[in-house]
Amino acid sequence: MAFKIKEVSAFYGGKQAVKNVSLAIQARSVTAIIGPSGCGKSTFIRCLNRMNDLVPQFRLEGEILYNGTNIYSRDLDITEVRRRIGMVFQKPNPFPKSIYENAAYGLRIQGISKKGTLDKVVEESLKKAALWEEVRDRLHASALALSGGQQQRLCIARAIATQPEVILFDEPCSALDPIATAKVEDLITALKKEYTVIIVTHNMQQAARVSDVTGFFMMGELIEFDITQKIFTAPSNKLTEDYITGRFG
Amino acid sequence: MKERFIEGALFLSALFSIFVTLGIIAVLFFETFGFFKEVSIIDFLTDTQWTPLFAEKHFGILPLFTGTFLTTLIAISVALPVGLISAIYLSEYASERIRTVVKPLLEVLAAVPTVVYGYFALLFVTPLLQKVIPDLAGFNALSPGIVMGVMIIPIVSSLSEDAMHAVPMGLREGAYALGATRLQVATRVVVPAAFSGIAASFILGISRAVGETMILAIAAGQQPRLTLNPLVPLETVTAYIVQVSLGDTPTGTIEYKTIFAVGISLFVVTFVLNMISYWLRQKFREVYE
Ligand SMILES: Nc1ncnc2c1ncn2[C@@H]1O[C@H](COP(=O)(O)OP(=O)(O)OP(=O)(O)O)[C@@H](O)[C@H]1O
Ligand SMILES: [Mg+2]
Repeated sequence: MAFKIKEVSAFYGGKQAVKNVSLAIQARSVTAIIGPSGCGKSTFIRCLNRMNDLVPQFRLEGEILYNGTNIYSRDLDITEVRRRIGMVFQKPNPFPKSIYENAAYGLRIQGISKKGTLDKVVEESLKKAALWEEVRDRLHASALALSGGQQQRLCIARAIATQPEVILFDEPCSALDPIATAKVEDLITALKKEYTVIIVTHNMQQAARVSDVTGFFMMGELIEFDITQKIFTAPSNKLTEDYITGRFG
Repeated sequence: MKERFIEGALFLSALFSIFVTLGIIAVLFFETFGFFKEVSIIDFLTDTQWTPLFAEKHFGILPLFTGTFLTTLIAISVALPVGLISAIYLSEYASERIRTVVKPLLEVLAAVPTVVYGYFALLFVTPLLQKVIPDLAGFNALSPGIVMGVMIIPIVSSLSEDAMHAVPMGLREGAYALGATRLQVATRVVVPAAFSGIAASFILGISRAVGETMILAIAAGQQPRLTLNPLVPLETVTAYIVQVSLGDTPTGTIEYKTIFAVGISLFVVTFVLNMISYWLRQKFREVYE
């Protein structure tokens, strides 16, 4: 088990966004999180790399064990947690630097500046993110000149470069066109061999296409969590069935 | 009909301010032209003494400009680092509550009348500094320079903070998600991304220091002197202009005309600084809008 999540509740000030969620996530699998807007998907996934710590009023109850250690325990280095559990966001957010510097960023902040090492890691991660062929001859051009889909793959490369074990995706394709979306989906499927992937998506076909396991959230609660194929063909909860057949949402 | 009237009125007031500006420039040029009929431009730019009010007249602008340069340098070595660090603190570290209290407090610094700063420098800061530096003269560049720097802090911090605030949250999250610390996010993501806004605030601060008059006229002395020693009295470009304007120099004399020649030199410097700042801010807009 990569993650063991035990009775987690998350609050913004007095408002509860995630209610008593427990589940376990296998290493080297793709887990999809689906559910209607505002049901707490982003809040949940952002608990897994402590991204919510940036929100001033945020509070978490319960335990999130990663490889057996509670990532919320006081004496844990939060930067180390985030380095091992990478994240790709809804809106591509490359830094206003060159393509190369974006991919090298995670290493640079760890104090690694040897050109040979950086060159190697930049090339490898861009290859894994299926972007290398498109940018190899303009590595030092601005990342902001890339298309939205390329920017998102650059953000994936940037996350891969620090050699994380887990990559969290929060609606990575919602700002992309269908062709770019297909590329990112292929990429996610390929990443499964080496990484544990957790992806939030609004798009149910996407969840069905890329994931092994799916969790359905509603109003902060985890309604159903099961093998993807079972969720989409024979859900055991009426609410899940209503949602995936498009009766609300 | 009403629309046309309003548009016309707005146009006229815009035209009016353009004419006023052109008028000022025209007067400056006209009087400066008169000055350079009597003094060669080479002497003006290379002579190392400035003594138009004495019997033996010298018209070298250099001592005034080194005075301005030195006091500006002292002021910005206070204002730029302190202003930038406060901006980083306010934008990246302070809670919303602290920010809403501290920011207006800082801005009060810019609202204190400069004459008050001038006497503060002369009567409080100079004696205080003399305890540490016994060689410090009663009038000097150091004390007004430091006080002027304090006055400029809010210009730098407020504009830099605005620029940092405009950096999208997504960029910070991107860096945090890679394991960056708060300091790394501030110095390696936010500051570079807000760079042109920060640079514009620096230049605005510099041009404020170059143009500042009162503090220096009061606390730096009125002795044009070609020196980079911050401990002795000197005179800046602006302090000279008030000195002559407030004295009883008769209109039309060469002493009188020096004001315009000196004024236009100062105008050229601050104009260039403002253009650079404007250009930087334009560039900044392109990135985020
Ligand atoms: N920073 C915040 N401060 C206060 N409340 C928040 C904050 N972020 C989210 N919320 C609230 O928490 C609830 C869950 O939000 P969350 O963003 O997790 O939903 P979501 O499922 O990701 O929605 P979407 O599909 O629209 O992205 C919502 O009611 C939202 O208003
Ligand atoms: Mg969301």
